[in-house]
Amino acid sequence: MSHSAPVRPAAGGAIGAIAALLEHRTGQQIAASRAWRLETSLKPLLRGLGFASLDDLVAALAMSTDGRLAEQVVDLLLNQETSFFRDTLVLEMVADAIAARRAATPGRRLRIWSSGCSTGQEPLSLAMLLEERGLGPNAVDLVATDVSGAAITRARAGRFSQFEIQRGLSVLRMMRWFESDDFDWVARSELLRRVQFRRQNLVSDPAPPGQFDLVLCRNVLLYFPSDVRRAVFERLAGALRDDGLLVLGAGETVIGQTGRFAPTPAWRGLYTRTPAAR
Amino acid sequence: MKTCLVVDDSKVIRKVARHILETLDFEVREAGDGREALDSCMAAAPDVILLDWNMPVMSGMEFLRALRESDIAAKPKVVFCTTENGMAYIRAAIEAGADEYVMKPFDRETLESKLQIVGVA
Repeated sequence: MSHSAPVRPAAGGAIGAIAALLEHRTGQQIAASRAWRLETSLKPLLRGLGFASLDDLVAALAMSTDGRLAEQVVDLLLNQETSFFRDTLVLEMVADAIAARRAATPGRRLRIWSSGCSTGQEPLSLAMLLEERGLGPNAVDLVATDVSGAAITRARAGRFSQFEIQRGLSVLRMMRWFESDDFDWVARSELLRRVQFRRQNLVSDPAPPGQFDLVLCRNVLLYFPSDVRRAVFERLAGALRDDGLLVLGAGETVIGQTGRFAPTPAWRGLYTRTPAAR
Repeated sequence: MKTCLVVDDSKVIRKVARHILETLDFEVREAGDGREALDSCMAAAPDVILLDWNMPVMSGMEFLRALRESDIAAKPKVVFCTTENGMAYIRAAIEAGADEYVMKPFDRETLESKLQIVGVA
């Protein structure tokens, strides 16, 4: 989970100011090695607003009173990379773990939180896997959150481009769960209804209400500095049941990051709260 | 090393597909229509076939039906790769025995993901 030193406001000029805006609004830092991407990501916005440079954008941000421009900037800077069935084996294991839990406690409705869900492919993939295991809406609740309002709006619409729909999704699942609409593919309402999408800032907003059996937080924590990461682990620990499970991204770990979670021998790569965290 | 037979009447598409497949460590063979593809399969069955729909001499669908009815011992996986993007076409391809379906245009990630789904990458 290490990355190169972040861009600091003192790094100067417009890039430093925009990096500070991102960190202030989301807790995320831009590594100095990725600073070059900042201008590339904002180019469409600069062009659309008729700004010649990032300096013009920073000046407009300073004059702005309603925060909408800042929100547009932040949405463009967030890494929204995702796909259906990303790290399929992990998602299969998650669905198996939930199925096993449901079998052990048949009367209880289980709860899953997909945090940092971007445009919704992760929770929708999980909803498909759960359905395939006979775990319908009466068995499992799925809540999915992201800091980006634009991403959540897209997720709620369940509309995906031809490129997005083909990445990771088998043709059989596509036929079962999606309908074509012009050049896009739209999730059937029976699938979309499975997931409650909400906007939530993992750093500054409370977790969704209630306690969860499982929380996915994949490829999110790596963008936070270590103190913010520790605080987010606290929040995730607080959102989980005593026996709840945490799922991180490939290459992410709790080791050396927090004492609130430890690997669970039952499910390889998943974590449970430590006794101290209960 | 796994073998992929790229069946498409467009040289450009075959070239693009070959380039992507070689970066995915496939040995690539090419055919310009269904008849050539059938001959190629009779000589040696590939692990997977990337198959266009509309081609001269023998279409992708005619080839697929002939392949599935043939006595080629090792039945290759078939991934349709076509501009025919409607649900009716997709359903017809699956019912005829295709294992996966790629809608053109495609990129490396899409192709890799579909090859993983059919278990050859």
